[in-house]
This record gives sequence, structure tokens and C-alpha cells, in this order.
Amino acid sequence: MATTTTESVTTAGSRRRGGAAPRLQSGRRGGAGLRTKRSRTDPLFLVFLIPTLLLFTLAITLPAVMGIVLSFTDSVGFGDFRFIGLTNYVAVFSDPAILQAYLFTIGFSLVTVLVVNAVAFLLAIALTSKVRGKITLRAVFVLPMVISGIVIAYVFSFLFANSLPALATTLGFAPLEQSILANPDLAWIAIVVVTAWQAIPSTLLIYIAGVLSIPAEVYEASALDGASAWRQLVSITAPLTAGYILINLVIGFKNFLNSYDIIVGLTDGGPGTSTTSVAMSIFKGFNGGDYAYQMANATIFFVIAVVIAVIQLRATRGKAAL
Amino acid sequence: MTIQAPLQPGTTATGTIRSVDADRNAGRRGERFNWPVTVVLVLCTLSVLVPLYVTITMAFKTTSQAVDGNAFSLPAPFSVDGFVQAWQLTDFPRAFGVSVLVAAITVVGTILLASFTAYAIARNWDRRLFRWSFFYLLAAMFLPFPVLALSQVKLTGLAHLDNPFGVAILHVMFQLSFSVLLFTAFLRSIPAELEESARIDGASTGQVFWRLVFPLLAPMSATVGIFAFLASWNDFVMPSLITSNPALQTLPVLQQMFQTQFSNNYNVSFASYLMAMAPAIIVYLFTQRWVMAGVTQGAIK
Repeated sequence: MATTTTESVTTAGSRRRGGAAPRLQSGRRGGAGLRTKRSRTDPLFLVFLIPTLLLFTLAITLPAVMGIVLSFTDSVGFGDFRFIGLTNYVAVFSDPAILQAYLFTIGFSLVTVLVVNAVAFLLAIALTSKVRGKITLRAVFVLPMVISGIVIAYVFSFLFANSLPALATTLGFAPLEQSILANPDLAWIAIVVVTAWQAIPSTLLIYIAGVLSIPAEVYEASALDGASAWRQLVSITAPLTAGYILINLVIGFKNFLNSYDIIVGLTDGGPGTSTTSVAMSIFKGFNGGDYAYQMANATIFFVIAVVIAVIQLRATRGKAAL
Repeated sequence: MTIQAPLQPGTTATGTIRSVDADRNAGRRGERFNWPVTVVLVLCTLSVLVPLYVTITMAFKTTSQAVDGNAFSLPAPFSVDGFVQAWQLTDFPRAFGVSVLVAAITVVGTILLASFTAYAIARNWDRRLFRWSFFYLLAAMFLPFPVLALSQVKLTGLAHLDNPFGVAILHVMFQLSFSVLLFTAFLRSIPAELEESARIDGASTGQVFWRLVFPLLAPMSATVGIFAFLASWNDFVMPSLITSNPALQTLPVLQQMFQTQFSNNYNVSFASYLMAMAPAIIVYLFTQRWVMAGVTQGAIK
């Protein structure tokens, strides 16, 4: 890996230093209107860049490539292995446990992204209106962002296991008298609540930036025309922040697909396997020794992430056009 | 706000901080406050404050009071037993030290590596190597960690980096995309004339960077540093997978390791949770505006 990068550096450097090409290059550069005129790159810039590229390649690119390659083998994580084609992939697609993990993760992510965005959008509108002490209020709403997911999950798991059932018993509300964490059909709700609790702040901040980007005159003009608050929300705020909504939906969905630590703190994938996320199934596979098999799972997960990344890039470009 | 002064160069480059300031005065000049919305918002803050209130009150209860499971009662009598027990049981000072070490390496490493890289990229954008490096580093933003995790565990093990140092290196690598993005955008907004005049005076590239550019980057370094700290301090999954020696685990992993031993001694567990989350909350109280501005810049740039 290391040699490849260095090679590409030297070729790029020598190409610049070569005979006819540099004149063409500098001509083009001048045409592009760049600020500095330099005949060649100061070697210090390479000293600044190369170590980062090397480290990054070793720490991120190499593991990614290794994982994808080994997903086509029977490797158990160490020792010899041989290529077995798509066997792991076929096995992954016919494994009910993994299919359940995908169903849970995608369903949970969809619900959470909707909850988070609905709450954050309304909060952003409220926090940019003429409310008292908005700076303090904003600081409080952003606070959950800085708290460790697993720690707050343990705090909430106490509330879900003790306080909520106690409250339900007092009110005589039978369905909640048992801890929802112990109920395979309801445990996911607890995970949505805590994930949303932690994800709302960053979503909210992006929406606040979006709402503040709308000129006040637009609202003043519509108010003169007698538009109601609801009408302003539907006809002004929502369409003019559409780009921000799209970004938040995509970023949120992508993050929730990776959910792990909050689930560990609340249910650890249970009861049974009802709340096991894809990330969790991959990590658990590591202890089980079926390394290559889980790498196939991870590669499928990666493909899904790439698809979402493409959507995200489209979304960002869409925003720039607004 | 005392932070405002050093932020001055930042305001020209970002706009976000400025718009928050502009908005901050809007309410005051507009004579009338919207009281119903204010009241609703204050009620909504309970969803944030109640879990924190419960954490604090539970931590200061005696074991016998905490065991009744009533989350909302005040401590009676007020007791620091939970802290004493959690301190000894989890060997808090050691885990705290490991967490501080990992976070410190992450913060310093991220600021230095990302600013070096961003400076090289921003000033050589016309060179293919540098331009492609930028997109290469940025692409990692789309790589989900679970995809890399197992191979990273194997490789760090082979390199004898299955320890807090390896965790810190990986934390720096995962912060790079976001940080290089912020630094590069900021560097493009610094007028080239500044650097050119320094060069005419005979300064080398290294001197220009250390004496001129790096100090100018200070507000962005603050944002990058705070996010690196929060990501590193709160991370659970990476240290839990990478660090093989349980005695060298960070605070979030410690909570999971001792979860069964806390059992029904809720005052001990909550004291431990509180000690794990307090440093991040304290950092946040002093740096809110950078945190808030950083989120918006990261998403919109």
C-alpha cells in the first residue's frame, strides 16, 4: 500500500517537472485565475500531505479492501484461506437471523429518521420565533449531543425498567405495567426514543440554520397579505428549507443504520434477537469466528451505504441550486 | 460571551456564527415575546433535563434509598457513598486517565494532521495529486464503521496497537474527513495576499504556515478540536473492539463492563454514569457556540 502511494507521488511530481507539459499547465492555471504563481510544488507540501495519506490508507482503505476481498474466502480471521466465490453471500441472503437484523435496522432507521426530523423541524421553528431566552433554550436542546450514547442508554434503561412501569401502575394503564425492554414487540420503541433523544440536537441545528436563511421580508410580505402561521409554515418555511430537510433525512438515515451503542445499553439486541441491528450482527460474528461470512454481510452493508452516499451527493447538489 | 473576540476571523469566513448573533438580538428588539411558544419550549426542555436530573439525584442517594427504584425522589439523606464505591469498584482514576490520554492524542493529532493536510491541499488545488487526495479523504465519510471494524481489529492486533494508542490513531483517522473539509473551506477564504506579502519578506512555506496560517486557523481548530474531543470521549464501539486489555479501557466501555456488578446498587451505577458524562458536559458548557456552529458548517459545506 505504502509503495503505491509514494510511486504515484513521484510520477505526479516528475510529470509536472517534465518538458512541454509544464508550460501548458501554467498556461491553464493562469487562465483559471489562480492567485499564486508557483513553478513547482514546495516539497514541504508533500511532507504535509503524504504521512496523512499513508496513515489513512493503512487505517481505513486497507481494512476496507481486505474485508471485501476476504468476504469471497473461507477465512476465519487468521491463518490460511481459499477463495470460495459467492458462497458467503448466498449464505448471508438465506440466513434468517441476518435478514431479521436488516429488517429491524431499516425499519427502525425509517421510524427514527421521521420522528427526529418532525420534532427537530418544529423545534427549529419555535426556537427561531420571538421566544424568551432562546439562546439558553437552544443550549439545553443541544446538550444531549455531547453525552455518550451507551451511558445515556443505561440511564434510560433504568427509567424504562422501573419508572415507566411504576407510573403505568399508578395510572392503571395495563399495557405498560411491564418493562417495554422485556417485550419483543415494544423494545424497539425504547431504542427509537433514546436514539432520537441523542440525534435531535444536530438535526435541530441544521434546521435552525435553514430557517434563519429565509429572509424576514418574505414573512413580512405574507403577513401583510394575511397569511396564517400554518399557511406560512406550509407555503414558505417548508419549501424554502427543502434542501435542509433532504440533507437531514439522508444523514440521519445513514447514521441510524449504524446504530450500535444505544442498543447495547438498552436491550443488547434482545429480547431474543428482536432488536439486533446489522452492526451488532457483524460485531457478534467476530466473536463467533465466522469472519469471512460477516465480511460478506459488511460488504452488502457497504453497498447500501454507497447507494445512500450517492443520494446524499445528489441532495447536496440540489441544495446548492436553491 | 468571552469567546467572541478570538472568533473574529471566523465570523468573516463562516457567516453561521454571525447569523446566530444577529438572530440573538432579533427577539429583544421585537418588543413582544411569544409567550405561549416559550412555555411550550420550556416544557419540552424537561425531556432533556429529566434524565439528567434523575442521574444526579440517583447518584447522591444511599443504596437503601436508591433500591426502591423511585427515580424522581430527592436524595434523603444526601450521600456521596455511590461515588466512593464507584470510584473504588471501577478504579475510576485509571479509566479516567486512559480516556483523557486517548482524547488528548485524538484532539492534538486531528488538529495537526488535518491542518497540515488541508493547507497542502488548499494551496495546491491545481495539482491533481492534492485535489484527488481531498476527495480520497472525503470518501471515508461514507464508509460505515462496521464495514471496517473486523479488519481493523485484526490489523491493530498484528501491529501491536490493540491498546489506547491504537484507538487514538483510529479516532484521528475517522475525524480527518470532517476536519480537512472544515479547514480547507476556511483556508480558501483567507486572502492569498497575506501569504504572498510574507513570502516577499523571505518567509519559507514552513514559516508561513506556523507564524501566519496556523494562528489564523485558530477558530476552526477550536471547532475541529471540540468535535474530536467529543467523538473520542464518548466513543464506545472502537475501544471496546480494539483494546484487548480490560485494564486499559475508556470510561464508556467501563460502564458496560461493570453493568452486571453494579446490579441493584443504583446509586453506585448512576454515580459512575455521572462521572463518565460530566467532563463532556463541562466542555460543552464552555464551548457551546463552537459546537453549534461546527454542526452547521459540517453539514452545509
